[in-house]
Amino acid sequence: MLSNLVAGGDRLLVLALILPVASLMLAFVLGGRHAERIALATLPIGLAVAVAIAAAVLHGDAPLHTDLGGWAPPLGVALRADGLSAIMLLTTAVVMVAVGLFARADFQVPPGTTESRAPFAFWTLLLALWAALNAVFLGEDLFNLYVALELLTFAAIPLVCLDGRAQTLAAALRYLVFALLGSVLYLLGAALLYGAYGTLDIGQLAARIGGDPLEPAALIAAALMTAGLLAKTALFPVHLWLPPAHAGAPAAASALLSALAVKASFFLILRIWFDVMPELLAQMAAQVLAALGAAAILFGGVLALRQARLKMLIAYSTIAQIGYLFLIFPLVASPETAPLAELRNAPGAWTGGALQLVSHACAKAAMFMAAGLIAASLGHDRIRDLGGIGRALPMTLFAFGIAGMSLMGLPPSGGFMAKWLLLLAAMQCGQWWWMLVILAGGLLTGAYLYRVLATALSTQGPSPVLVKPVDRSREWVVLGLALISVLLGLVPLSSFSLIQIGRDVSGIGVGLP
Amino acid sequence: MSAALIVDLGLTLLILGLGVWTVAARSNNGAVVGYIAYGLLVALVWVRLAAVDVALTEAAIGSGLTGLLLLGVATRLPRSARLTRPPTGLGTRLLAGFLSAAVAGGLAAVVLLLPDPAPTLAPSVAANLPATGLGNPVTGVLIAFRAIDTLLESVVLVFAIIGVWSLAPKDGWGERPGWLRPAPLGSALTLLAQLLPPIGILVGIHLFWTGATAPGGAFQGGAVLAAMWVLAMIAGLARPPAVSRRWLRLMLVAGPALFLTVGIAGIWLAGAFLAYPVAYAKPLILVIEAALTLSIAAALGLLLAGPPEHPSAAERQP
Repeated sequence: MLSNLVAGGDRLLVLALILPVASLMLAFVLGGRHAERIALATLPIGLAVAVAIAAAVLHGDAPLHTDLGGWAPPLGVALRADGLSAIMLLTTAVVMVAVGLFARADFQVPPGTTESRAPFAFWTLLLALWAALNAVFLGEDLFNLYVALELLTFAAIPLVCLDGRAQTLAAALRYLVFALLGSVLYLLGAALLYGAYGTLDIGQLAARIGGDPLEPAALIAAALMTAGLLAKTALFPVHLWLPPAHAGAPAAASALLSALAVKASFFLILRIWFDVMPELLAQMAAQVLAALGAAAILFGGVLALRQARLKMLIAYSTIAQIGYLFLIFPLVASPETAPLAELRNAPGAWTGGALQLVSHACAKAAMFMAAGLIAASLGHDRIRDLGGIGRALPMTLFAFGIAGMSLMGLPPSGGFMAKWLLLLAAMQCGQWWWMLVILAGGLLTGAYLYRVLATALSTQGPSPVLVKPVDRSREWVVLGLALISVLLGLVPLSSFSLIQIGRDVSGIGVGLP
Repeated sequence: MSAALIVDLGLTLLILGLGVWTVAARSNNGAVVGYIAYGLLVALVWVRLAAVDVALTEAAIGSGLTGLLLLGVATRLPRSARLTRPPTGLGTRLLAGFLSAAVAGGLAAVVLLLPDPAPTLAPSVAANLPATGLGNPVTGVLIAFRAIDTLLESVVLVFAIIGVWSLAPKDGWGERPGWLRPAPLGSALTLLAQLLPPIGILVGIHLFWTGATAPGGAFQGGAVLAAMWVLAMIAGLARPPAVSRRWLRLMLVAGPALFLTVGIAGIWLAGAFLAYPVAYAKPLILVIEAALTLSIAAALGLLLAGPPEHPSAAERQP
């Protein structure tokens, strides 16, 4: 059966792309209560498709690939899923399922009406975002990826201002400005690469850029595209749009945006530096990217510590956690990096980075949803006044706590494994300064989460008054996702070989001193 | 100096002048008018560069519909918002100017450094065009070779519609879009809206039809049709339909849905997703283009018409 999957792999890729698009259009036309039903029915199918793709990549031990329309690149456009793509598709599907189940209570058409604004927008945009993310993770053509980024922008931004307050509208507009600026810079870079090499296909570009003497166009293109994608990823110092946007959105939307939307643009930065022009990743550029990441870790952590509202704290924590991802660059590109035998001789930093992508997605989605449950039952999310919530909502708080464990990097969580591999890589490369950043980031995370947990678990004072009871099934969803982020740390390291399939990270940074 | 060179130089200077005008204009209306004229001249530049398809798109969407949208915003802003100090400080504006100049300068330098002759896929497109039955290479790229991009771009329009509709004020859901404020009947606009659409609709359909063999296509044709619809709406001769209408939603997804259906059928009929069986390639492409034209026209028109509003909202606002 598994070999059938591998044989039909090309169709699986197409299915992953068109399933959410088709569901979206159906939900858009039928509207009303059907929008929710169609979205919920799509969740298990989408998850099954993602699992099938991961299984096919793993079993075939090779990336899946298909030429759309039967036209081979450079004339046509290809889709491709290697191990990392498969993992991102799977993470997306898992988070989508959890958020979809969680959001049912918040986005129901009120009785007596046939259709209402927020539910219609939420369920259609959930499918829209899924389509956009799958397009990003499967794209193999730089212009096709631009279209995918546009899909992502227009799916993500309306989610920010779903509640219709003027404040969230302003946050959404600011997000729009950053996102569009990022798109334009990315498109400029893609156009330059086409002008210089006559193809947009990532594999062909890599071969031509690697084979020729270095064109200045390639360097400028890489700089423009990276700058644009950094704005979309909200890396320090272009992070300003993220906290109000992610904190102002409804909890389910915040979870999608913080866990998945910012990862898509980061994924493209990875693809540009590791897949399009691996020879170009000089230590210089890699150190700059990681320095911005380090600044994000420290700055995001300090600001999270100073927030008065729980959702704002979680949003600043996203800025810090994104910072860790950028430590991959110098650690993978370092000539001293030591391959780990249990990781198919790939550097540990690479697996650590991928684990950070996945574990943060699960942990952050769980955390935003837990905060949503707390805010809904208390009527506010002021950290100062969370006293005793641990007694009133023990399960929600437990889920929040174990998701926090993964963010902090406490064993045995997935976040621990990610940060441990990064730490180990920094030690091997002799780049001890990143070790200090990782440790300081962990302490800061511990401090701001302690602030929340200490207040919430305090036994003094009266029990808080709940304005609304909490639905037990929603608590289970949050707990389930938080547990996934922890259990990732218990999986033996060798099972992460999926991450390496279709990817050779040994030749990185060899073209430049 | 040849005549062509003089025309080109004149165009360049005019465009630069209009750019400065747009940035420096004191009133929002002035800036928008400058921007629209700028867009039309840029379209002329594309004609001079023999990229007629790009010129048509720039004129119809870049200048026309975007200009209309900006004009609407400029007139709707409350007077107080127009008169207050510029929202950004001098430092920010200088920084923005510096960054823009750096990007423009860097690009100019790189473009000069690009290989000459530039590597191009044009011969490959020309060689494979017969398989699609089309005569216009641009349409061939959009509907056949890179069909996935066009399919997803037409889906982006649906996303954008959902985004605009999601801004509906309280109790506005399901109503008609209320962003366009119709001019009083009997004005010059009424006459224009009565005279122009019959011609404009013909032009729109012609642009779609001719797109198979000559410059034109679904996006340009759809944009012209949308402009005619919007003209009728702002003249008060047509009202935007309520967003809850099933037929309206079907119209909006007709293009991408048909495109997707034919693409899926291609898996069995032509061996790949989004491939066409050679014998039926041209008729299939024309049907897809027709549906896309309709959906694009509807989507662009509705994007300008704005979010749905309760009918009483118009009276509450100035």
